[in-house]
Amino acid sequence: MQLEDFIKIFEAELADIAPGTIKPDTVFKLLDAWNSMQALILIAMIDSEYGVTLTAENLYDCLTVSDLFSVVQSKKAVLNS
Amino acid sequence: MFTVSGIKLSGLAVSVPKQKVSNHDYPFATVKEKELFIKTTGIENRRIAPEGLTASDLCFEAAEKLLLEMQFDKSEIGVLLFITQTPDWIIPPTAIRLQHRLALQKSCIALDINLGCSGYVYGLSVMSSLLKTTGAKKGLLLVGDVSSSVVSEKDKSTSPIFSDAGSATVLEVCGDENKIHFSLHNDGEGYNAIIIPDGGMKSKFTPSSVEFQKISDGIERNKTHLIMNGVDVFNFSLREVAPDAKQLLAFCGKETKDVDYFVFHQANLLMNEAIRKKLALVPEKVPYSLKDFGNTSSASIPITLVTQLRYRLTNEKLSLLLSGFGVGLSWGTAILETDKMTCLPLIQI
Repeated sequence: MQLEDFIKIFEAELADIAPGTIKPDTVFKLLDAWNSMQALILIAMIDSEYGVTLTAENLYDCLTVSDLFSVVQSKKAVLNS
Repeated sequence: MFTVSGIKLSGLAVSVPKQKVSNHDYPFATVKEKELFIKTTGIENRRIAPEGLTASDLCFEAAEKLLLEMQFDKSEIGVLLFITQTPDWIIPPTAIRLQHRLALQKSCIALDINLGCSGYVYGLSVMSSLLKTTGAKKGLLLVGDVSSSVVSEKDKSTSPIFSDAGSATVLEVCGDENKIHFSLHNDGEGYNAIIIPDGGMKSKFTPSSVEFQKISDGIERNKTHLIMNGVDVFNFSLREVAPDAKQLLAFCGKETKDVDYFVFHQANLLMNEAIRKKLALVPEKVPYSLKDFGNTSSASIPITLVTQLRYRLTNEKLSLLLSGFGVGLSWGTAILETDKMTCLPLIQI
């Protein structure tokens, strides 16, 4: 799994975000489009694409898109180990 | 997992309040928020009970019309279950009042069961087991909620989701070739994922219980209102529902192709579609009533059966998988067959 693909999927799931807006260091919770509904949409997307579930604590702890990607990566590694 | 033989569903009716509200008109969210909400949850319209119309009233109307249509002797009903989280009173049990209102015999067992979104599946199980052990010929399962009465209208995380409905199902003893398979689970660690904090014995009602608090933009409520931790409930449902359905199918030697319809609790479209995809089900096999009736808690499975499958339920033999999941946390799956059952058109009162 690649960070670039993760960002593309992340952008596609967010309402009103132009492609190329999201960078690895984007603080996603500060985006205008971010809200509690988007959090659920993101959880569903990550569950479907990567087979791992983000918790409320994961979302709370992560600041940037890159942080989120790292959490997904590590959860997926545990799953595959 | 277990199987109950010799019990079948023979009648079903659902009633809803006449009053419709549209989520497009919800006053406590922005237009953009409402558009995203409707697109994501699939909930556009809801039915809201006026003050004084309770879950027991909705179930009573459904039961009266169903019993009138089915034309059997009421004395055959030996068990009445009322499954709700919005009873008429804390004391006494509402089921016993319903037993009297419906003019059922005093020997008819009458019980309230406090369950929400998993309630219909649990109710089928408890009713089936009681019919097998009491010798009663028929049982009346009443399941419904007026969730609108326990959510804060100013809470955009709950108010635009919930809708009101009551149902009545007649189960009856039949030949042992008819089988209902059940899988029932609970996880009390998640007890506070959906909760009304005050009013029970753990945290009694006080004057401060009704003081409104602003939790965040668009979320104001007091401690007598329902709180839902959306992420926790979402993750629980993603984790448990599809595997439970798969396990019960395996338990009774069936595959998804052997089931005509998969009727899930109508939580929200995002969650339900995730579950459908996990089970690799075609959309045609998974009916929805979310658009016009929202999340009706324990009544969501029966309202989906009545509004989406009534013609086929009335005229054909069908194999169904029913799955309820939510508050508790609690979840349950049932696999059963119906055969030209009585199924009334939706009742509006």
